[in-house]
Amino acid sequence: MSTEGLTHHIWSRYNEELERLRSSVLEMGGLVERQLSQAISGITEPDVRLIVRVAQEELHVNQLERMIDEDCSRILATRAPTASDLRLIITILKTITDLERIGDEGEKIAAIAARLATRERAQSRYRELRNLGELVIGMLHDTLDAFARFDTTLAVEVLRRDRTVDEEYESIHRQNITFMMEDPRTIRRALDVMWVVRSLERIGDHAKNICEYIIYLVHGKDVRHTRIEDIERELQAARA
Amino acid sequence: MRPSGRGMLQVAVDETRRSSALNAPIKARVEALSFYYGSYLALKDLNMEIREKQVTALIGPSGCGKTTLLRCFNRMHDLTPGTRYEGQIMLLPEDMNLVERGVDPIEVRMRIGMVFQKPNPFPKSVFENVAYGLRIRGVRSHIRIEEEVEKALRASALWDEVKDRLSNSALSLSGGQQQRLCIARALATSPEMVLFDEPTSALDPIATARIEELITALREQVTVLIVTHNMQQAARVSDYTAFMYLGSLVEFDETSKIFTNPGQKATEDYITGRYG
Repeated sequence: MSTEGLTHHIWSRYNEELERLRSSVLEMGGLVERQLSQAISGITEPDVRLIVRVAQEELHVNQLERMIDEDCSRILATRAPTASDLRLIITILKTITDLERIGDEGEKIAAIAARLATRERAQSRYRELRNLGELVIGMLHDTLDAFARFDTTLAVEVLRRDRTVDEEYESIHRQNITFMMEDPRTIRRALDVMWVVRSLERIGDHAKNICEYIIYLVHGKDVRHTRIEDIERELQAARA
Repeated sequence: MRPSGRGMLQVAVDETRRSSALNAPIKARVEALSFYYGSYLALKDLNMEIREKQVTALIGPSGCGKTTLLRCFNRMHDLTPGTRYEGQIMLLPEDMNLVERGVDPIEVRMRIGMVFQKPNPFPKSVFENVAYGLRIRGVRSHIRIEEEVEKALRASALWDEVKDRLSNSALSLSGGQQQRLCIARALATSPEMVLFDEPTSALDPIATARIEELITALREQVTVLIVTHNMQQAARVSDYTAFMYLGSLVEFDETSKIFTNPGQKATEDYITGRYG
């Protein structure tokens, strides 16, 4: 299916409802993405007002989540959607849950960033966090792009990047254990860094979930808990 | 976290209905069936298999030929002059070609019952409506007829409502009850297949729900073929769905597949209410 197909219903109001729903999800995604990049920039460039701003956006994100949820319930009740419309509603219902969780993780990161700012900074100036953060923001950005365009090639590419996130996670984890063993005074800071890394890794997982929903939306294939090679093979078969 | 890989844990989702549908033997086979009203070609070279004791729904826009196809199954076209069949509908297991000239339509209708859009009970008593088919079949025994009538009325979930007024006129029943009476009448001759032509389009939601319940229960005994304009009804009651358009069969698949991820764009456009 393609995005153009969305608006060809005989009922013009149904078209409007689905179109509005889709743009609300993109709006919610955009907010979450901004929240996340603010939180990450707070780690490398300390800003005391950051946490307030991120928390305010979180309220807006939660509101959107409830609104989209309600709209989906209403469409399910009144339109009894089928086929691609049904898959769109299911995808949206699941996607907003993941987006909301990403928002929560962003808030956690902002809180830790505020704490890190009050302490002596690490020699690395948290370069490793910035790198991983950029990787994860890129994943989220492309996920939203893939949703906006129903682009499964991009979705698969994002799925692939989750491996790199997992590897980075492992490597920062090991590095911090070394720091803690060498100098116990760094333990508090190292633990905070680990919390951030853990949140970033979770965000990568949420982005990955959304990409899997997008593949379901477009091809009707459930690719959760499937190896990436198998996913690619299935998609090739679906496109053929 | 990384995926755990497929196959580590096989979760058994409730697929009993689905697997029984897939394994059901074939009851009828439509082979290269074309049908003409005079020179007008109404059905174009249809091929499909109807599974035994499963519900198969025929959907499609008005004029697509779904009712025409349904009526071929019990030779309802025979009374219309100038109609012509090509190809065959084989009824299994004995491979009887339902549309062959030499096959007696009365025999076909004994084995394949039909329920119409509007309830059409005879202007007789409730009892006589159901007993009718048995009587013309030559059943004489009162006891046997009484047994069969009760059985059919129970099977159509009407018994409790009419057991005390079996001698009342069938026309005194409500629309939903009349429709269930027509189903009982169709069941009384123990058919192998029952055809439903939009059986609930004249009924309210409650009566509709009762008929749908009944159709689901009938799967235990007979093969059901149903034409419906109500897409959700097709999705709810059927195991297989055939989408027809302009006299051709566009797509035929399991109902769950048709309504979540149809293979053809035309099917998708129709069931989602889009103009193609």
